[in-house]
Amino acid sequence: MSSTELRRTALDATHRALGATMTDFAGWDMPLRYGSERDEHVAVRTRAGLFDLSHMGEITVTGPQAAELLNFALVGNIGSVKPGRARYTMICREDGGILDDLIVYRLGDTEAGSLHYMVVANASNAQVVLDALTARAAGFDAEVRDDHDAYALLAVQGPEASGILKGLTDADLDGLKYYAGLPGTVAGVPALIARTGYTGEDGFELFVQPAHAVELWEALTRAGEGVGLVPCGLSCRDTLRLEAGMPLYGHELSTALTPFDAGLGRVVKFEKEGDFVGRAALAEAASQAEQSPPRVLVGLVAEGRRVPRAGYQVVSGGAVVGEVTSGAPSPTLGRPIAMAYVDPTHAAPGTAGVGVDIRGSHEPYEVVALPFYKRQK
Amino acid sequence: MSNPQQLRYSKEHEWLSGAQDGASTVGITEHAANALGDVVFVQLPEVGDSVTAGETCGELESTKSVSDLYSPVSGEVAEINEDVVNDPSLVNSAPFEGGWLFRVKVTDEPADLLSADEYTAFTAG
Repeated sequence: MSSTELRRTALDATHRALGATMTDFAGWDMPLRYGSERDEHVAVRTRAGLFDLSHMGEITVTGPQAAELLNFALVGNIGSVKPGRARYTMICREDGGILDDLIVYRLGDTEAGSLHYMVVANASNAQVVLDALTARAAGFDAEVRDDHDAYALLAVQGPEASGILKGLTDADLDGLKYYAGLPGTVAGVPALIARTGYTGEDGFELFVQPAHAVELWEALTRAGEGVGLVPCGLSCRDTLRLEAGMPLYGHELSTALTPFDAGLGRVVKFEKEGDFVGRAALAEAASQAEQSPPRVLVGLVAEGRRVPRAGYQVVSGGAVVGEVTSGAPSPTLGRPIAMAYVDPTHAAPGTAGVGVDIRGSHEPYEVVALPFYKRQK
Repeated sequence: MSNPQQLRYSKEHEWLSGAQDGASTVGITEHAANALGDVVFVQLPEVGDSVTAGETCGELESTKSVSDLYSPVSGEVAEINEDVVNDPSLVNSAPFEGGWLFRVKVTDEPADLLSADEYTAFTAG
């Protein structure tokens, strides 16, 4: 553990009162789990889970040229995002390497002619993203502001999430689509209500003032009591996103990879107006990806019970053909699963003879298409 | 949590029972089980294997990590708990009972195994 003091969220005392096992996550003291992480995982898949995600980094971007700035700084076409909608996107270096993956929410315009966005970065990259946006804002009539401390972020995820929230808000949740957000009131607390998540389930993320976090957490807990809502830690968040095939920065995404390497070239919008940071390198990466495909991100499902971990080698016939980026026992499948970058020759679902080197033993694995889990709508 | 008085404990968080029918039972403590989180896979030594005090003799996989299993004593493995192999969650739900791991005919026992009170103090510190 580092010598610097861990940052604590507004819900810190609540987590401790619930008996959470805490962990250092990107310098934040966060709940890893409250009881069994498997039970928490299953609750989100079948009922509902309540998460504190206040470690995520919020950055506010406003001004007449806020859209132009974000179009220049990020790889997506942010100018096409309508008020009340959100977009999954990435911020890259000039060489195309991924600095972070982001969700950008377009909020209502603050005043005539001034646009308002909230960029949500991973906790581990919040400062990097803030610094990059600030540097890239030079010459644009736009302001970049660190709002990490202005928000607590609570998430309610799972099939019961919308039912739980409906009892606490007058906001039109039925009209709120996936990747949309609207300002409203939840349990009397002003909130940005977003239909986003990182679990593969329907759910909501609620951005509120830290001073209201405990009050909202308690109201959600009470509202969810009858339908099996449980507090959930970061451990199950990781297995939930893994089953849903969602990348995690530092595992599937890094500065050594472009979005095309990660199989996420679709987030790069070359057709948008104007230049953007990384355009030339990314155009090169796109054509390279077509001519000689790089390693492909695939799913692996264990035939046995030993769990692959990040960094383990994927092997076939005695040769290394890839590397595991994330692995865990899957509560839903009942078997260990992994995401891995593998050579294109071994990337097709059903490829025979693929294994993972688990501490010297080559365990058989089945190559499958991602995601491992898709909810029934 | 309370550590049963009749057991002795290693600093690697294994417990050891007194001998019964010529063999002692080994498991991991509740403290260790809680630290691991949900155990999903256990690899145990085989019956007849020699184990050495303080050396690895298997592994425990949880959601987040894999940990070595150390034998608290030296001896020969007399029996393994097939139930825990089939249902590793027993390690979490009943670490001192149904979640036991293996039984060993002890040939040598380190002098520095801890009493329940000493182990409780050790894990509190």
